[in-house]
Amino acid sequence: MSEMLSLEFMRTALLAALCVGLVAPMVGIFLVQRRLSLVGDGIGHVALAGVAVGVATQNSPVWSALVAAVLASVLIELVRARGRTSGDLALALMFYGGIAAGVVIINRADGAQTGTLTGFLFGSITTTSREELALFAALSVVIAGVVLLLRQRFFAVAGDEEYARASGLPVLALNIVLGVLTAVTVVVAMRVIGLLLISALMVIPNAAAQQLSGSFRAAGRWAVGFGVLASVGGVMASYQLDTAAGGTVVLLAIAVFVAAALAGSLRRALARRRHRHAERHLHEHGPDCGHAAVPHGDHVDYLHDGHRHAAHEGHYDEHADEAHVQPEPEEANR
Amino acid sequence: MLVRSTEVVRLHQAAFGYQGRPVVTDVDLSVRRGEVVAVLGPNGSGKTTLVKGLLGLSEHLSGEVSVLGTPLARLRDRTRVGYVPQRHTLTGGVRATVLEVVLTGLLSSRPWWRPLGRDALTPALAALDTVGLADRARFDVETLSGGQQRRVLIARALVARPEVLVMDEPTAGVDRTSQQVLAGVLRRLGEAGTTMVVVTHELSALRGVVDRIVEVDSGHLTYDGTPEGYAVHQAELARAAGRGPAAPDGRHTRTGETGGAR
Ligand SMILES: Nc1ncnc2c1ncn2[C@@H]1O[C@H](COP(=O)(O)OP(=O)(O)OP(=O)(O)O)[C@@H](O)[C@H]1O
Ligand SMILES: [Mg+2]
Ligand SMILES: [Zn+2]
Ligand SMILES: [Zn+2]
Ligand SMILES: [Zn+2]
Ligand SMILES: [Zn+2]
Repeated sequence: MSEMLSLEFMRTALLAALCVGLVAPMVGIFLVQRRLSLVGDGIGHVALAGVAVGVATQNSPVWSALVAAVLASVLIELVRARGRTSGDLALALMFYGGIAAGVVIINRADGAQTGTLTGFLFGSITTTSREELALFAALSVVIAGVVLLLRQRFFAVAGDEEYARASGLPVLALNIVLGVLTAVTVVVAMRVIGLLLISALMVIPNAAAQQLSGSFRAAGRWAVGFGVLASVGGVMASYQLDTAAGGTVVLLAIAVFVAAALAGSLRRALARRRHRHAERHLHEHGPDCGHAAVPHGDHVDYLHDGHRHAAHEGHYDEHADEAHVQPEPEEANR
Repeated sequence: MLVRSTEVVRLHQAAFGYQGRPVVTDVDLSVRRGEVVAVLGPNGSGKTTLVKGLLGLSEHLSGEVSVLGTPLARLRDRTRVGYVPQRHTLTGGVRATVLEVVLTGLLSSRPWWRPLGRDALTPALAALDTVGLADRARFDVETLSGGQQRRVLIARALVARPEVLVMDEPTAGVDRTSQQVLAGVLRRLGEAGTTMVVVTHELSALRGVVDRIVEVDSGHLTYDGTPEGYAVHQAELARAAGRGPAAPDGRHTRTGETGGAR
């Protein structure tokens, strides 16, 4: 551990991993919500063309990748907003065009650059320079800041776009901002896990978090925790085991997902066992149902015929004893 | 500004559709403040397209549309018009609590740089109380029944206290007891001066709440008047058709609703 931290390149690598682990799930949750989990992949493909242009012109590939990714993400939103069925094909053209152009340009520039290409496709975290780290850190702060400020609006637009439009939210503008955040995240993550695996770190920690929480706010926190665990843990493990960092990070994220899924079903099974269902009800308890309502922790129990009943996932629980499941303990004022 | 227009919705020769193709045409409609209008008609007749037109969600192809005294395109404060959509996608591909969904109804009343804080909880919980779901605020919405989810959407529409409420089949899939609760809610809102346009196939559930009926058929308004007049209109149609159970003896003229109502 201390040996690892004494190495300059490992300190840089771990800090870069921390940035990516924090930011990728924060942006990714909205992609999962919009059922566009794979869009990060597509943007990664286009970013490769940007990398190639940077390499060919001997400029920083990070900046040209950023430009290509941002352009791609804005274009995606404009295509989606037109809502044509051909939109899906337009995106496919753009994504494949990006990766193909990237390969062609890089090989044309210099036959010996295939190593560079592999570095960007699969990550080359230990070659991250201090300047790049500073840039990644700054970009991560911006991404996190924008998400924290706008997350309720992103949630509304991603959850029900039509309602968001009817209620007066600037839907297209918010989608474009989210697209740009996705593009910037792709570029920040490019060095750590590579353009081909970026989407994994945006999606898998969120998939894991969905196993554990029924509240958007709480799931978001879990996802960030899982993202940091996978990226920092994965980079450390790759050093110890002498494996490729990007692949190790993603494999660790998948392990976290499996653990979360198991924990989630175990918890549900325990909850089922610990609480007793009331008999089937012919009416739904509510403020006007005529039964005495007693606040009980974070929910309301209804009293009738010597029973205490509380609503729970489509049935009523018997709350005569204290052994019962809390619905969602999480405060929901996001 | 001192005189508040009593005409809340005004359509003149309006046409709405999608991608340039008209679905409803030649609509003349004027709704006064506090009126409760039911929009009836068979499936596919254009009811949803018409009410979406009032929200700028279907394409406005011709004619005039003004809402709250302003041409629709220039109506800035959209929180003054509440909306309960017919189709429900509550949260997309992730889970969220009932409260989180309802809170989205408040967002556009705040500037973008100010996220909702604790103070937003009070109106959100009040709106949930109105639809009888206060005790489910922190439940995952996916664990609610279909009828309860419709009520969550109604709470979301109510939370910003809109002056006009556009509801597309709010009682579809809602059981009889809850329909009565909702009818009571709508009656109270109506008495408080909220204007409502309600698409429904279940007029019986809203009996006594609705002041006026508009019927849409094949993209045109085919009736606009009182509920009593609508019963007569239906009987006349049946008589004109010269057959059917509503025979010329007028036995069925008091049912006052389409076949789907019972
Ligand atoms: N998004 C859309 N794009 C193109 N055409 C549409 C769209 N939505 C509806 N239509 C068409 O408009 C017509 C009217 O549909 P609409 O949804 O307004 O009917 P409705 O009266 O609300 O029916 P229902 O009782 O089934 O809800 C239908 O022929 C439908 O095919
Ligand atoms: Mg409809
Ligand atoms: Zn009861
Ligand atoms: Zn209880
Ligand atoms: Zn009970
Ligand atoms: Zn239970």
